[in-house]
Amino acid sequence: MTEQERRPRIGVLALQGAVRPHVEAIRAVGADPVEVRLPRDLVALDGLILPGGESTTMRKLIDIYGLREPIASLARGGTPLLGTCAGMILLAERIADGDEPVFPLLDIEVRRNGYGRQLDSFEADLDVPELGPEPLHGVFIRAPFVTDVGPAAEVLARDPDGTPVAIRQGRVLATAFHPELTDDRRLHGLLLQLVGRGAGNPA
Amino acid sequence: MTTIERSTWATKVGLARMLAGGVIMDVVTADQAKIAEEAGAVAVMALERVPSDIRKYGGVARMSDPRLITEIMEATSIPVMAKCRIGHFAEAQILELLGVDYIDESEVLTPADEEHHIDKHAFKVPFVCGCRDLGEALRRIGEGAAMIRTKGEAGTGDIVEAVRHMRAVQKGIRQLQNMRPDELFAAAKELRAPYDVVKQTAELGELPVPNFSAGGVATPADASLMRQLGAQAVFVGSGIFKSENPERYARAIVKATTQYDNPEILAEVSAGLGEPMRGTSLGEIPPEERLAARGW
Repeated sequence: MTEQERRPRIGVLALQGAVRPHVEAIRAVGADPVEVRLPRDLVALDGLILPGGESTTMRKLIDIYGLREPIASLARGGTPLLGTCAGMILLAERIADGDEPVFPLLDIEVRRNGYGRQLDSFEADLDVPELGPEPLHGVFIRAPFVTDVGPAAEVLARDPDGTPVAIRQGRVLATAFHPELTDDRRLHGLLLQLVGRGAGNPA
Repeated sequence: MTTIERSTWATKVGLARMLAGGVIMDVVTADQAKIAEEAGAVAVMALERVPSDIRKYGGVARMSDPRLITEIMEATSIPVMAKCRIGHFAEAQILELLGVDYIDESEVLTPADEEHHIDKHAFKVPFVCGCRDLGEALRRIGEGAAMIRTKGEAGTGDIVEAVRHMRAVQKGIRQLQNMRPDELFAAAKELRAPYDVVKQTAELGELPVPNFSAGGVATPADASLMRQLGAQAVFVGSGIFKSENPERYARAIVKATTQYDNPEILAEVSAGLGEPMRGTSLGEIPPEERLAARGW
């Protein structure tokens, strides 16, 4: 196979969290998933997903396994990233409760569990003009709350109360909700469009 | 105008999916909760006594003091679970009011009802329940459990029951997968479980909700074993805070759960850990005192 025909390889940080739903979504949009647990798994990736889970746990394991610098370096090299829920926290430049940022790539401030505890977890339809007229269904679980969006970041969607819940900045995407928990693959398609090849699904 | 729907099935099962690949640790104080979070736990189970102490003290084991649970919720930012007795929906109502993130309807406490489990669909807060085999798992899911933990014998540090029951669940699923559609009706009767949940499991080739392992996990290798047998995450009770060096044990079990299929890392994290919990082998516990057998 020539380089042109190769299916894109999309990594999913698999230290902990909702890894499998992302792996299935990556397959569904015509790319090859790669579970990333060690720096050697980052070789030859065309994109990387930071999944939902516990951001405090992931943050520790990222450092224990020496993944911080290699992932930051991928991002500097222009590899597209998608962070969902905890992944959004890992990508934020500012974290409201004083935690240090991990991969400060998005000009936003987030508050961990900002919507509340599990009893405040919710679902809602979201307008995402970028993905077409059909609303995207968002599942929010102990979700991070975006408290501020700086000029470098673009808001792709807001929750019914007007709070930003999907952000794009250059080749980095992040959502406060879990696109991997529904069958709508348009957001994974958008990541693939950023990768610049393969079967993205631009509604 | 779009609407917001809270406490849906998707959010309940979704939280369980977020805990996958992680370790849920039993803690009895706010300080232990902080140690657990610092070590990389994805959630803590707030309780007054770990199972090995429940065994030692005897008597009736009940829901923990709400004050203790609240203190633990305030001390940590990761999800907090708490246990109620099997069938004790009043304890569950109290735990829901406290705002815990998951309720464990648990055989580790003394059962309050010998016939009925809680109608978990009636609650906004999600529930986890234990099982020993596929039928028990599917009955609990039918009642509304959004997460299953396959039971080992809690408080023993002996992994044998966890292995037995995990194998029983997996074998049961494989059998369902090989059945003709008309055979699934008979299977549902035999499993004493709702037909729709049986059918869904046969189609998926796995439980419709995440399946974790709980009870008997005492070492990093135990955590790896249970993950390789199909558990998506592990609960560790007495194994951490009854070991010689809880911080190190906690960190080691977290690493082993993440890198469960990497013997190189497992060897490294198992080295020089100090004494694990002393434990009690299953054979030393008379059948009528075994906790895993509770649940109907």
